[in-house]
Amino acid sequence: MSALPLDYETLRLIWWALLGTLLIGFAIMGGMDLGMGALLPFVARNDEERRVILNLSGPTWEGNQVWLVLGGGAIFAAWPAIYAASFSGFYIAMIAILLALILRPVGFKFRSKVDNPTWRSVWDWGLFIGGFVPSVVFGVAVGNLFLGAPFRLDDTLRVSYEGNFFGLLTPFALLAGLVSLAMLLTQGASVIAARTQGEIADRARTYGRWAALATAVLFVLGGVIALYVLSGYRITSAIDVGGPSNPLGKTVVVEAGAWASNYTTMPWTMAAPIVAVLGSLLAYVALTIRAHVLAILASSLAILGIIATAGLSLYPFLMPSSIDPVSSLTVWDASSSQLTLFIMLGVTLLFLPIILLYTAWVFRVMRGPVTTASLHRNPNAY
Amino acid sequence: MTDPLVVELSRLQFAATAMYHFLFVPLTLGLSILVATMESVYVMTGRAIWRKATLFWGTLFGINFAVGVSTGIVMEFQFGMNWSYYSHYVGDVFGAPLAIEGLMAFFLEATFIGLFFFGWDRLRPVAHLTVTWLMALGANFSALWILIANGWIQNPVGSAFNPDTMRMEVTDFMAVLFNPTAQAKFVHTVSAGYVTGAVFVLAISAFYLLNERHVEMAKRSMVVAASFGLAAALSVVVLGDESGYVATEHQKMKIAAMEAMYETEPAPAALTLFAIPGADGRPTYEVKFPFILGLITTRSLDRDLPGITELTEIAAGRIANGINAYKALEVIKQDKTNAAARAEFAATQADLGYALLLKKYRPDVENATGEEIAQAALDTVPDVWPLFWSFRLMVGIGFFFIAFFGLWFWKASRHTLTSSPLLLRIGLFTLPLPWLAAEAGWLIAEYGRQPWAVEGVLPTFYAASGLHVWDLIISLAFFVTVYTVLAIVMVWLMLRVVKHGPAERTALDNEPVPATAFPEPAE
Repeated sequence: MSALPLDYETLRLIWWALLGTLLIGFAIMGGMDLGMGALLPFVARNDEERRVILNLSGPTWEGNQVWLVLGGGAIFAAWPAIYAASFSGFYIAMIAILLALILRPVGFKFRSKVDNPTWRSVWDWGLFIGGFVPSVVFGVAVGNLFLGAPFRLDDTLRVSYEGNFFGLLTPFALLAGLVSLAMLLTQGASVIAARTQGEIADRARTYGRWAALATAVLFVLGGVIALYVLSGYRITSAIDVGGPSNPLGKTVVVEAGAWASNYTTMPWTMAAPIVAVLGSLLAYVALTIRAHVLAILASSLAILGIIATAGLSLYPFLMPSSIDPVSSLTVWDASSSQLTLFIMLGVTLLFLPIILLYTAWVFRVMRGPVTTASLHRNPNAY
Repeated sequence: MTDPLVVELSRLQFAATAMYHFLFVPLTLGLSILVATMESVYVMTGRAIWRKATLFWGTLFGINFAVGVSTGIVMEFQFGMNWSYYSHYVGDVFGAPLAIEGLMAFFLEATFIGLFFFGWDRLRPVAHLTVTWLMALGANFSALWILIANGWIQNPVGSAFNPDTMRMEVTDFMAVLFNPTAQAKFVHTVSAGYVTGAVFVLAISAFYLLNERHVEMAKRSMVVAASFGLAAALSVVVLGDESGYVATEHQKMKIAAMEAMYETEPAPAALTLFAIPGADGRPTYEVKFPFILGLITTRSLDRDLPGITELTEIAAGRIANGINAYKALEVIKQDKTNAAARAEFAATQADLGYALLLKKYRPDVENATGEEIAQAALDTVPDVWPLFWSFRLMVGIGFFFIAFFGLWFWKASRHTLTSSPLLLRIGLFTLPLPWLAAEAGWLIAEYGRQPWAVEGVLPTFYAASGLHVWDLIISLAFFVTVYTVLAIVMVWLMLRVVKHGPAERTALDNEPVPATAFPEPAE
């Protein structure tokens, strides 16, 4: 495949960055709606208030969720080994996420179609689960990547797994889940504060400030544990960055402090955790002084910093194996073929700008505060 | 190897979730175009009744779409969750169209569906109409990419096995894109979706006309549905025939099983209209139409159509040849630079998938006995009778729809839509038929592909994740419960919306009516 204008190494790096971009895209865009869902029963206390939140999230949440669908599709197409190992390995966790993702669309659509308090309350809690559960589980999954997952590959590259759902719920992974929850709550609360008025906005600011502080504190705590307490993974054999995607040719050791090594060899990577901490603190300040647009931007920066920190700490690992480190999946041995990466890069470069353009247009059309009065203007309001 | 019970439960789960998802997809495809058509008429004529119709059918579309999205995400994730070896083995080829579907189609559809519902009071009519069409376009593009992915597992073109990565990889992306199987499936499936949407609109409109409610909207909806439905019903049959022709080229076993055709039919083959399975599973009491099958499947009078017995013998030959590929692969695994083994593998790799069928009987495929090869060859025969009857059910309903929409089209052009309560009743009770046909079609396509996950390349039992039985019990119980509740709630909500009827007045009535491109017709 030497005829392609980009070499395999570059394509793998680009797709590693693109994977991060899609996950950050989902956390920023979909995170608004997950955060709003998780805050729904607390920020909005009566039916009208809840409808305000639903109609704030309602016009755009479907588009926002496609970042996740696209993330899944991109992992399948660009990192099939990761797709195979993580989706089957985290099977029950995935079922929990699916439950949440099933509840959300129908919750939005069904809730306000029937004027009955019990019916609406049931769907409100459904929407809460739909926001809360994925927010935590995604973080728990990332936490487990730091710990390594108990899988091995045989010589046909078939993955087999020796763990169970409860094995995922270690203290560090739960801490990562809380970081994820706190950062998405900050995002959701900032959006509510920006686009509603009165008591709802006040409550959102309160929750958002606490969540922003929690994000910074929990993130630092998690970082200290990951760098100084946990053992990391390191490739000890020569790496063929342009070689075929077969993980079994390398050797890997588990050693203390390995997750900190990229920060010493590539000091610029320190920018990621710094952005994460400063972003969350700025979100706190912005919510305090009621600079809501700034709060959304700061919270988005925090999300970017947190996810980039996870990716850069693990690099070049994507999914280490705790029971058979040789089976660990890395940027250099878990990707699609050079041709597929190249074609998919072309398609992505063509369509991603178009997506950003029309998404921006839709947000522009739907801009402005959502109030109880605005609910009655639209016959399709949730 | 994966526990056979896990494989069976994984298959059951995939089939159940796919068939459930496919209850919503055809309606989304058809209703999106119908709603966009009605809104176009509204924008062109400026008559509020068409906006009323658009809003009403749009509400039903939205309820259906919500469940469709919910169940679609399950489909995407299940490949990795339950079919992880499949995901590894073909992700390089199969993943790409799924990802492109997200980029090009689903993003478009999902972004604009929000504006379709929430943009009425924020957009000028032409802008809103554009949004509606973009949403409908997104839905239809979605089907295109999904069926390119599905077409590849039916007819895996443009790819080859790479012994260094132990998986299939793309060699010619254009071939995957322009796979004739995918093209035929896309147009057939999309037309079937249009028929479903048309029947849905027609049946509910018939209900209103029977009860003399919302007559003006129902009549107009019916005219749109009848003309759209007639065109769609004609193309679904014509393009379905194209599907059959393509399958003859690439999935001969599926055609033979669909026809319960054990012995090779001398050209031109007869079409079996009806048959009863005998004690040995073979057909007795057949009612046959001479020539027809040969014409449909080979478009000629002189090409033989191979029967199951002959195809099984061919499969046995391919298994024997595939063992050579398997042996060569074992050598390459140990010695990556062995040129002789690589040459041998290149020559035999087309049959590697057939050798994998033996994994069901022994891990060391290279030592398979003649008996095991014969047994594995028999495994390539799908269940004949479910396919035979599903096919007849689907085709029968397909032809019925041509007559059905032809009649309604005639009545619409004569302005006699309400003249016969009996016909209206028939219109109403036709409602379940497109779903029956769609599910039957799905069964033929996917159950008829067995034992293959990817035709000739990867056996289904070999593709499953190594999960525990309990994982599957938990997830199956979960899906059955959640999907049952969803179905009940959805049908109940839809009935409520239908019973309630279109909103007589909405806040939109105060908005200015669009400037009309065409003068109001005199009535």
